[in-house]
Amino acid sequence: MDALVSLTVGILTACGVYLILRSRTFELVLGLIFLSYAVNLFLFASGRLVIGKPPIITDQASGYADPLPQALVLTAIVIGFAMTAFLIILALKARAELGNDHVDGRSDTGERS
Amino acid sequence: MNLLFVVLIPVLGAALTAWMSRFGRTASAWTAGGVTLAALICLIPSVRAAFLGETIVQRWSWIPDSGLDLALRLDGLGLLFALMILGIGLLVILYARYYLSKRDSLSRLYVYLLIFMGAMLGIVLSENLILLLMFWELTSLSSFLLIGFWRERQDARQGARMALTITGMGGLALLGGFLLLGEMAGSDELSVILAAGDLIRAHPLYLPMLLLILLGAFTKSAQFPWHFWLPHAMAAPTPVSAYLHSATLVKVGVFLLARLFPVLSGTSVWFWLVGGVGLTTLLTGAWFALYKHDLKGLLAYSTISHLGLITLLFGIGTPLAAMAGVFHIINHATFKASLFMAAGIIDHECGTRDMRRINGLWNVMPYTATLAMVAAASIAGVPLFNGFLSKEMFFAETATFFTEHAWGWLLPLAVVIASILAVAYSLRFIHDVFFNGDPIDLPRTPHEPPFWMLVPVGVLVVICLLVGIAPTFTVEPILTVAVAAVLQITPPVHTLAIWHGVNLPFLMSLTALAGGLIVYAARKPLFARAARWEGWLDARRFYNWTLTRMQELAAEITRHLDSGSLQRMLLILILSALTLGTLGFIGSPLTGTRTPLAANVVIVLVALGMLTVAIAILAMHRQRLTALIIMGVPGLLIALLFVQFSAPDLALTQLAVEVVTIILLLLALHFLTPRSPVESIRRDLLVAILAGAGTAALTWAMLTRPFASISAYFLANSVPGGGGANAVNVILVDFRGFDTLGEITVLALAALGIDAMLRDLRLQGLAQDADGRRWNWDRHPMILATLTRLLLPFVLLIAVFILLRGHHLPGGGFIAGLITAIGLIMQYLGNGVAWTHSRFPVNLHLVIGAGLLAGLLTGLASMILGDPFLTSTFVHVHLPVIGDLELASAMLFDLGVYLTVVGATLLILIQLGRTGSAISQT
Repeated sequence: MDALVSLTVGILTACGVYLILRSRTFELVLGLIFLSYAVNLFLFASGRLVIGKPPIITDQASGYADPLPQALVLTAIVIGFAMTAFLIILALKARAELGNDHVDGRSDTGERS
Repeated sequence: MNLLFVVLIPVLGAALTAWMSRFGRTASAWTAGGVTLAALICLIPSVRAAFLGETIVQRWSWIPDSGLDLALRLDGLGLLFALMILGIGLLVILYARYYLSKRDSLSRLYVYLLIFMGAMLGIVLSENLILLLMFWELTSLSSFLLIGFWRERQDARQGARMALTITGMGGLALLGGFLLLGEMAGSDELSVILAAGDLIRAHPLYLPMLLLILLGAFTKSAQFPWHFWLPHAMAAPTPVSAYLHSATLVKVGVFLLARLFPVLSGTSVWFWLVGGVGLTTLLTGAWFALYKHDLKGLLAYSTISHLGLITLLFGIGTPLAAMAGVFHIINHATFKASLFMAAGIIDHECGTRDMRRINGLWNVMPYTATLAMVAAASIAGVPLFNGFLSKEMFFAETATFFTEHAWGWLLPLAVVIASILAVAYSLRFIHDVFFNGDPIDLPRTPHEPPFWMLVPVGVLVVICLLVGIAPTFTVEPILTVAVAAVLQITPPVHTLAIWHGVNLPFLMSLTALAGGLIVYAARKPLFARAARWEGWLDARRFYNWTLTRMQELAAEITRHLDSGSLQRMLLILILSALTLGTLGFIGSPLTGTRTPLAANVVIVLVALGMLTVAIAILAMHRQRLTALIIMGVPGLLIALLFVQFSAPDLALTQLAVEVVTIILLLLALHFLTPRSPVESIRRDLLVAILAGAGTAALTWAMLTRPFASISAYFLANSVPGGGGANAVNVILVDFRGFDTLGEITVLALAALGIDAMLRDLRLQGLAQDADGRRWNWDRHPMILATLTRLLLPFVLLIAVFILLRGHHLPGGGFIAGLITAIGLIMQYLGNGVAWTHSRFPVNLHLVIGAGLLAGLLTGLASMILGDPFLTSTFVHVHLPVIGDLELASAMLFDLGVYLTVVGATLLILIQLGRTGSAISQT
């Protein structure tokens, strides 16, 4: 199980890194979303993987998952959305100002040098 | 308490003065003067104790964790400086009222002046070294504003920048020195440090500490070779020069020498460094002062020379020398301030400061002339004026030195030469300006200035005379306590008298006076020679050269590091992270000791799904709409993982965020081209796989290692301390509520930033997709429109439910906020912006503001009740029908989170949607 979660983090990172290395802003934003998935999952996993023990305090519970990484990741998800939104609007603004959506604002459309 | 007021009143008074400026120039002058007077009055309750030789320390706890107290101290030295700062400050304020022309903002000058005054008082009254340093930096900053007061003039800006660079550099060195000193003494408190002199002098780090502190003091007090900023600071208005270069800014350096005298002095390093630098400064300053044709330039170099004299006295290091140093600080403050003011009057009346043109002013302004001549005679050290007394003590000290050291005769010789030069430039100031024929081609016709402009000069000159004629009745009491504070022991017995009989110091005085007359008489050939040497040994040139080279170097480094390509920078960043990360793995096993869980069907499905996503995105990311559809999958898969691994809150949040993210990207995609161009991918693919493998290995290494969490505390205290069973939510709104407040603030800021960016964004949306098909035939399909309207009440109901139960069961403000936002967004999607907006005319800025305010007020409420910020309280309420209900104040905070999330999410999406619909409709 732990191996597969590690694999998942790895795949998400790989997708993210690949996409942020593209030359267009849209892909860059998609890449950052992937990377934030990977980071959130990694952070969450730092509380280790626990099945069937949500951190809701009851009398019957035999144990709880670590609530602290969960709280951290919860806000990270929401902030991540705000950052994504800010970036994509920035990308739109750049396109409006520069007339293209290249990450460096260059107007050439072909291969990068 | 009163000492804190002394420091704070000028700073707070600066704001008041700025406000009062609306009632005219006189009103702001009265306010500035009143503020200064108020600070002076606040000082009075402590004056008696200080005169009795006590040291008053008042402290308030500030940052107890770092041992930093807001500790102020008043002893003789502090009192002397505080009186000079406030007294001369008052005179300068009066003088500036008449000096500054109507075109310049008087209140701006007063505001800067008062801030500077507060900072100066802070330095001289600090008990804590770190506190002292903060005020030190504040004087650098405020003097920058003062010197650059005429900001439209290039020389003013340049002078201000130079002063800031040099003194700022010194401040940095001083910080290092203070940290070392504090470490050596075991405390940053002056009382402790001043008592630990022997310990510190024997410490192996004494030398570096001394060098750093001296660097700070020398740069501030314009000692050679850092003296060159001071003449350039003359670009300031004359009242500023009179204040900065007499009693305040440049005296801070020598103040520091005096303050730390018992700790630092008494070693040969101290003697050679401080004495040597002081002597060099004394000579160079006096030499250059003689050749300045600019009235203020002469005074500037004379100031440098006198600062050198004071430094030299502290360098000599005997108790009597220190006494003479303190005495000369007082004398220099009075005669130099009055001379600067007189120079300002002359400049004001003649329209120039060039002494080759200003001549014979005795005939037109006899009062100014008389006052200036008295002050100049003080500088020269003529008997019956105060400068004579401290110079006699100075001569006596060098003469004693002469008898005690081989080669010691060099010192009195050098000192006499410097004094000859001082006499010569004082003579020049008097003779050139007030006599020496008629004025040549002056821009204005000079006459006596307004009466109130002469008053400050007069007051200072009277002090010069009183001190000079009757020192025992005037200056002796304050001098004695100040010297006692400097030495930290009872000062040596020394009677201030005008006549000590014919002895060596008196002969030296006579030589200086006679020599000065001769040098001045022979000035013509000297000036001609000086003109040929113009620019030789110009420290300013070295400064400019260094500055230019540093800028070039910075530009060069930037050019190499930043190629202007984001892709390349990112590649470097990722490769560096990979390399460093790999290095971290070396030497430790990848797999730890913890036994992993067995795989089950959910995780296998998620991993397989993720692999599919990766392949799909790799193959199809250039079709952007397809890429976006694929994007929806990993978010849902992660939500599934959260469900599987006991994180219901996270799963709910992830689901809701996923929805709004996809809507956001869809809206944005409308304005972007549907396809990306082809790029070479081989290298990037390799880097991506390496990065993925790296993080996978890292995650594996982490997961297989045992861990200890601090969460046991949260789990144990969630119900008894936070009043909620949902530990995640209690952490968010209670234990770590302050973090959450910060996070919703970020959210709000992002939303407002987006709103601002979209406000005047002009973009052409696309009508067709990549294959030339129209996006839609029906903008608002009936089924979607009807269903969304039907669903809205249920969505809102669920949101309220989630919000209310969040403290005990999965849910809470974040999730409820997102659900509400989705419900409302659906209306916009289904029915159009115009339709929805007319039915939902809510100002979202207000919603965001209300949310933040609710969060903040909940926190403040607990502070008012005497608990730390954001402490939660809760009660059990029994309501009919609903039953037992537990209400926690944290729920109010959660309401703030809810409102902020709703407002921010809606603002982002609706503004973007509105941009789109406005364009499609036109």
